[in-house]
Amino acid sequence: MSEQNTLTPQQILRKKAQGEAIGPGEQTHRHRHIIAVLLENSIGALNRVVNLFAARGFNLESVTVGETDDPSISRMTIATTGESRIIAQVNRQLNRLIDVLEVEDLTSEEYVERELCLLKVPYASDNRVELLDTLKIFQGKVVDVTTNTMTFEITGPAKKINAFIGMMKRYGVEEIARSGRVAMKRALLFGD
Amino acid sequence: MTHHAPPANGAQRMSGAEIFLRSLDAEGVEVVFGHPGGAVIKIYDEMARIQPNFKHVLVRHEQGGAHAAEGYAKATGKVGTVLVTSGPGATNTVTGIADAYMDSVPIVVFTGQVPTQLIGNDAFQECDTIGITRSITKHSFLVRDVRDLAQAVKKAYHIARTGRPGPVVVDLPKDVLLAETEFEYPKEVNLRGYRFKARGDDAKIQRAAAMIAEADKPLFYVGGGAVGADAADVLTRIARTARIPVTTTLHGLGAFPEDDELSVGMLGMHGTWYANMAVQNADLLIAVGARFDDRVTGKLESWAPHAKIVHIDIDPSSISKNVYVDCAIVGDVRDALMRLEPLAGACRTEAWLAQVQAWKAECPLAYEQGDGRLRAQYVLERLRRHTKGEAIVVTDVGQHQMWAAQYFQFLHARTHITSGGLGTMGFCFPAAMGAAFGRPDKTVVSISGDGGFVMNAQELSVAAAHGLPIKVVIINNKFLGMVRQWQELFHDERFSHTDLSDTNPDFVKLAEAHHCVGLRAETPDEVDGVIREAWAVSDRPAVMEFRVAKEEMVFPMVPAGASTDEMITKRLTPNAFV
Ligand SMILES: Cc1ncc(C[n+]2csc(CCOP(=O)(O)OP(=O)(O)O)c2C)c(N)n1
Ligand SMILES: [Mg+2]
Repeated sequence: MSEQNTLTPQQILRKKAQGEAIGPGEQTHRHRHIIAVLLENSIGALNRVVNLFAARGFNLESVTVGETDDPSISRMTIATTGESRIIAQVNRQLNRLIDVLEVEDLTSEEYVERELCLLKVPYASDNRVELLDTLKIFQGKVVDVTTNTMTFEITGPAKKINAFIGMMKRYGVEEIARSGRVAMKRALLFGD
Repeated sequence: MTHHAPPANGAQRMSGAEIFLRSLDAEGVEVVFGHPGGAVIKIYDEMARIQPNFKHVLVRHEQGGAHAAEGYAKATGKVGTVLVTSGPGATNTVTGIADAYMDSVPIVVFTGQVPTQLIGNDAFQECDTIGITRSITKHSFLVRDVRDLAQAVKKAYHIARTGRPGPVVVDLPKDVLLAETEFEYPKEVNLRGYRFKARGDDAKIQRAAAMIAEADKPLFYVGGGAVGADAADVLTRIARTARIPVTTTLHGLGAFPEDDELSVGMLGMHGTWYANMAVQNADLLIAVGARFDDRVTGKLESWAPHAKIVHIDIDPSSISKNVYVDCAIVGDVRDALMRLEPLAGACRTEAWLAQVQAWKAECPLAYEQGDGRLRAQYVLERLRRHTKGEAIVVTDVGQHQMWAAQYFQFLHARTHITSGGLGTMGFCFPAAMGAAFGRPDKTVVSISGDGGFVMNAQELSVAAAHGLPIKVVIINNKFLGMVRQWQELFHDERFSHTDLSDTNPDFVKLAEAHHCVGLRAETPDEVDGVIREAWAVSDRPAVMEFRVAKEEMVFPMVPAGASTDEMITKRLTPNAFV
């Protein structure tokens, strides 16, 4: 996944011109990347970071921003999909920004990620129990209820949220709000 | 910028406008290229009152001001300064800012802004200057509190000057300029997020030295980064000691004396045939402050096919971007070369140098002569003889730019100034004016085409008012020549909208109307006389119009996207390379 072993555009073009195959590790593949950025807590800083991705044509799947323990510093978590090589280059360009204090591509590390999702579904007496059972399996909470709708809160990795949303579809989801991912490198690694 | 230290005892209270002026003085600014307007009127008012140390030059268009600041910066190595009003004043500088960004030129552009409480209200002469310039600045500041103003000025110059240099915009709302506080110019900048690696790794420098020692056919490939880092002297010493030939990019011209036998001139699209031959046959390229851009490499896969690559650059994001680099030294170019110097002994390059000399003899730069027609190349050659490598030569964008790069011989760093990255027509004359303010000890020669010259001709009268004896050359081929060349070669000679004969002004009258001397030559034997007359003028610009053949094309040429091996060295039938 790291860009180190992947080939530069010149190397790829040369191999192709020679009719040589490009090895799986050599080509840069599209991957999802989770990038954590520490930056000055200002709107201009945020803008510059997002702009850099936009300028290279990256779609940002999610962006979250919040203050850190130091209120003058915010932390952004960016989820995007792109070629590792170009992402590594964008990360170097991010590092060049004066408002950026630290950039970390978590994708190549062991990390934990969480997302929060609020989801409103209609219910009736005949499916209420079923809904709540599913919610329980996903370790979610009911945060609001009316006579005909319930609002659930669940947190977890994006995959779990996707699975839960999948389960809820057949009840006719009225509204979904997802927070976008936040992520952090694991502090301790065992086994190596 | 929320923490405000209490002012030191004795600090004086004054307006933001005065703080701004005193900050520029404290920063050692010599010259400001500016244009007033409502949002900055307070600055101009205080300027008249307190008479700061710097010289203010009233330009006649803000784009001219931005290019003048670039020319000043490139000629002196110092930071150029621009001061304009909000809205249209700011937008008029955008081309100059983008140009400075592409070519890593250190300038600071101060723009007026509507009062903070009106920002975002579509107030009169409001525009989102920070937003518009975000992707073309190294950094920018909107100063919201007069207590942050001096620190913002300090930071702006620091950021523009250090690391990979570039333009910085400081947006100054009117109320901030009117507000008062104590002034004390900060001694230090506090930028915790701003780091650049100033010192390349020792191990990498040793590795590079070993690669140089092993190489049979090494070649220096030198870009503008070497000039910007003031590394020309050490580069020249290494090349001469190690006996390594040198090619430069357009922006690298002057980093190595072109009259040295080791020089092969410029490489790339309109480089010399022998420079490109050297690249295609080298077994080691030592890239110094260069970025492997498409005008240099042409078709990427066939460029420098036998070369291992050492790349020395301040910017880590330029390493292995297109071309694989075997040894990357990220850090200040001058520092890296200074440390490489003691490690680089003489190489076994005699056979290689003999080959390079043979290539030079085989296909030198050449053009038709002797038929009585005036050609641009001849004019440039005569100018070169007249200036002997000692003038600062500023060029615009087009055919004349490439001919100037080819037919002058640049001997010193910072004597060739042009718009390379953005390729901005209209850059030349104001940039020459900026250079003339920065280097009054040097003769400054401005070389434009008839197309580009009129794009910023208004600055002529500014240069005249300041008595600058700039030598202004207009290569008049009555065409947008470079576009015409592409049309002739690649678009079946459909000369769509490139003929300027109906819209060109009378350049001699244009010069005179701007209080300059106007001269004209139409045949080869008039050239020297016109040059002599122009050089005799010492108190204002002398404009020389040279009416040259319109059919002339710039060769050699690697057509865009073609392989460097497919360089066209002379005029061929157009169908040969479609
Ligand atoms: C502002 C701007 N507009 C358009 C171009 C595209 N362009 C590049 S070279 C050129 C022709 C320049 O003509 P002229 O100034 O007469 O120089 P010549 O090529 O004839 O020497 C043009 C239009 C440009 N580089 N900059
Ligand atoms: Mg022309």
